Amino acid sequence: MEEHRLPEPDGPWVMRTYAGHSTAKESNELYRKNLAKGQTGLSVAFDLPTQTGYDPDEELSRGEVGKVGVSIAHKGDMHTLLDGIPLDEMNTSMTINATAAWLLALYMTVAEENGVERRSLQGTTQNDIIKEFLSRGTYAFPPEPSMRLIADMIAFTVDEVPSWNPINVCSYHLQEAGATPVQEIAYSLSTAQAVLDRVRARVPEETFPRVFGRMSFFVNAGIRFVEEHAKLRAMGRLWEELGRDRYGVDDERMLRFRYGVQVNSLGLTESQPENNIIRIVLEALAVTMGRDARARALQLPAWNEALGLPRAWDQQWSLRIQQILAYETDLLEYPDIFTGSKVMDGLVDELTAGAREEMQVVAEQGGAVAAVPYMKTQLVESHRERMRRIEGGELRVIGQNVYTEAEPSPLQEGEDGGILRVDPAVEESSIRAVREWRDGRDAAAVDSALEALRATAADPELNIMGPTLEAARSGVTTGEWAGALREVFGEYRAPTGVGDAAAAASDDALRALRDRVDEVSEALGRRIKILVGKPGLDGHSNGAEQIAVRARDAGMDVVYEGIRLTPARIARTAVDEGVHVVGLSILSGSHAELIPAVLAELREAGAEVPVVVGGIIPPADEVALLDAGVARVYTPKDFEVTRIMGDIVSLVAERNGVVAVS
Amino acid sequence: MIENRADRDATLALLAEVSPAALGGEPAAHVIGITGPPGAGKSSLLSVLVSEWRARGRTVAVLAVDPSSKRSGGSLLGDRARIEHDPRDDGVVIRSTAAGGRLGGLAAATREAAEALAPAFDAVVIETVGVGQSETDVEDVCDTVAVVVQPASGDVLQFLKAGIMEVPDLLVVTKADLGDVATRSRRDLGQALKAVGSADVPVLAVSSVPPPSGIEELADALERHREGSEVSARRVRARRGAALREFTAEHGERALRELGGRRAAERLLAEQDAGASVTDLLAALEASH
Repeated sequence: MEEHRLPEPDGPWVMRTYAGHSTAKESNELYRKNLAKGQTGLSVAFDLPTQTGYDPDEELSRGEVGKVGVSIAHKGDMHTLLDGIPLDEMNTSMTINATAAWLLALYMTVAEENGVERRSLQGTTQNDIIKEFLSRGTYAFPPEPSMRLIADMIAFTVDEVPSWNPINVCSYHLQEAGATPVQEIAYSLSTAQAVLDRVRARVPEETFPRVFGRMSFFVNAGIRFVEEHAKLRAMGRLWEELGRDRYGVDDERMLRFRYGVQVNSLGLTESQPENNIIRIVLEALAVTMGRDARARALQLPAWNEALGLPRAWDQQWSLRIQQILAYETDLLEYPDIFTGSKVMDGLVDELTAGAREEMQVVAEQGGAVAAVPYMKTQLVESHRERMRRIEGGELRVIGQNVYTEAEPSPLQEGEDGGILRVDPAVEESSIRAVREWRDGRDAAAVDSALEALRATAADPELNIMGPTLEAARSGVTTGEWAGALREVFGEYRAPTGVGDAAAAASDDALRALRDRVDEVSEALGRRIKILVGKPGLDGHSNGAEQIAVRARDAGMDVVYEGIRLTPARIARTAVDEGVHVVGLSILSGSHAELIPAVLAELREAGAEVPVVVGGIIPPADEVALLDAGVARVYTPKDFEVTRIMGDIVSLVAERNGVVAVS
Repeated sequence: MIENRADRDATLALLAEVSPAALGGEPAAHVIGITGPPGAGKSSLLSVLVSEWRARGRTVAVLAVDPSSKRSGGSLLGDRARIEHDPRDDGVVIRSTAAGGRLGGLAAATREAAEALAPAFDAVVIETVGVGQSETDVEDVCDTVAVVVQPASGDVLQFLKAGIMEVPDLLVVTKADLGDVATRSRRDLGQALKAVGSADVPVLAVSSVPPPSGIEELADALERHREGSEVSARRVRARRGAALREFTAEHGERALRELGGRRAAERLLAEQDAGASVTDLLAALEASH
């Protein structure tokens, strides 16, 4: 045996595809097909109502049912979703956070009712609420009770479902929100620390090393794949350090940095989308090429994510990347290929030092929970810096700001335009189904389960999992479970991070824009006022935040209320605030339902303000929105925010009869 | 419309319609100033206070004043985000305005907006950021000024003791759910008030996170202050103060001296009708200039 070869090649990582849409039945069929294609684990995508704790028939669910994932309203849906899948063998990852305790309870109930031991269940619940406050937006409860639910789950699973990863601390979404590698490391490790500190108080001392060992991470990998690999090594180093120094863990097995990956979606482009497949391959290399920091599980985005929802074929193409890397290349035959590399060691040292410093800042703010507003502001600023560099051409994005001359992409020529469309009838049928479900249950059992749930929620000393399991068994729905907890915990709006974002450095384009804003404002008699709104449950607020900050930097008065607004609230705000223009952002694909709803509410309120829309909006939908009365539609290919602003100013001028001076 | 500096005549006409003289008395609304440092929890507090008022059948208008960017003149008006209310409820109106960089002055626009809203709502709240200087602006307009601080905010304590900060009508310590630290803050503030001879100013502890606490008490305390204070006298005084400040802002200290100094100007204002609006009072000053 030679030192530079492994005696036996390593086994491959768990291969998943983040999948699920429409109903439990359709998603179950999709999962079975994916497994037949060689996928080795499941990754369940839930729709936004399920993620935020609403039933399909609630007002906020409108337009979102079955859109970005599957709708699971009760244990019956979960049974259908998992039908025919061997739960004692399957490794199932669930992207679920605010309602993680609930979905785990549904999963466990299905196992129980199928005679599968809970001890044999393997998988992951994402369960990282801090990054929901920072980036993804599917929170349901305020920070403290949310953290308690996480601690409850960890304390419960460590003994009851010992092979389950109760939390996947996410750096993934931080990068999507614009984090630099240092921020990604520092904020995710600070989050893990905040969670561990809370769990430590809830479990016996001898159990704690196992708790540490069950913590796993969900990491991103961007296109700078050498540095990205170094990032993972740096995280491993800091994680071990944290275990030893802060928590006194010395069992090597418990100190291992375990992580799964979804590679970067932020950098995927709408223009020349076929290039994305190359980006995905390189990013996959970042997390697989070095044995000392190789991912345990991998899921890759599809080439068309900046266009819309991926189809089965698009996801298959990404699965094939994983299979070729694992089975055709020689990647798994060697020990770590970077050991002793001056470059790699140097990068790791650099990132480790930077992350330590930033973790210190977070600690001084009182830890990750208290530092949410600070971290959010930092992310908004980093993202703005990234956009500035793209707009200025400093950061080259092939096909977007350079080499834009291209042939039309044959991938988009099909009738479907190269994306998946969810049948709008799914929402109607889900609404009917959940109502039927409610009618068919033992109402007394449901009431007493919810009563027990409320009582447990009100006493922070108790563990939520017991009554949650009981509720799952009695047929309680997702909306009822979350509703009971909302009653006790209250609702919450996360900081938007935009208020404290520093003013942008002026460049010529921005200065010219400011003059134009001043000029039009002067003619209007007051400053141009814009409402930036996110209707529906979509929590991906990065785009809206960038628009809000840039509008302010351009000299407008900006009303931004954060995410999860009903069309009625948006209309009301537009009227109360007397705005000149309304800008709406939607990335979840629910624009076809929600935008016309906002327009109708505005009309009803008698507000004659122009509405502009930004988001992942396919060309056919763009036409439909313009026909419905939307003034402008912007998609990811419109990456020059300053130019969008100029366009909006012209629109306001035009609608208010201000003579254009340019 | 009031914010619109291009159509000043329409604004003045509207304000004339709602002036105490035209209405035949002071409007019944309780005009409340809520002010305090950033992050003190003003908006969250307002959110629960608005629900409390609505539960009592009161209608509420909130004017949220946010700071503006010095560089661009633009602003992010985010405070309303934390005030939860039913969008179909016409008993609540929230409007945000930017503090600076505006075409005109903050104080005037906010005061005028409050005057215009006062006949139509039971409570008009002006929410502003800051401790120390902006309260004087707020005082020009409000019957009751409540300063909101979070526990362990030493600044406010020091400002009070040093007399930098005007003593408010009410002090509210938020985040009472934090326990000891909130209790201690409340006690320290009480002592500081005693030290500056204002021991009778109530200090309340509230929590806006569920289950909210101290909110009913706060609503009651605001009401008591409203009943106790000489509202009409205070409003007349405030309008005269505002007119003087606006005159000085518009024409300068020199013009004030030409009127015979501050005292003379105050005497002149005191001779005017008690129901006169700020605009009328300003006109009176300008006429004798």
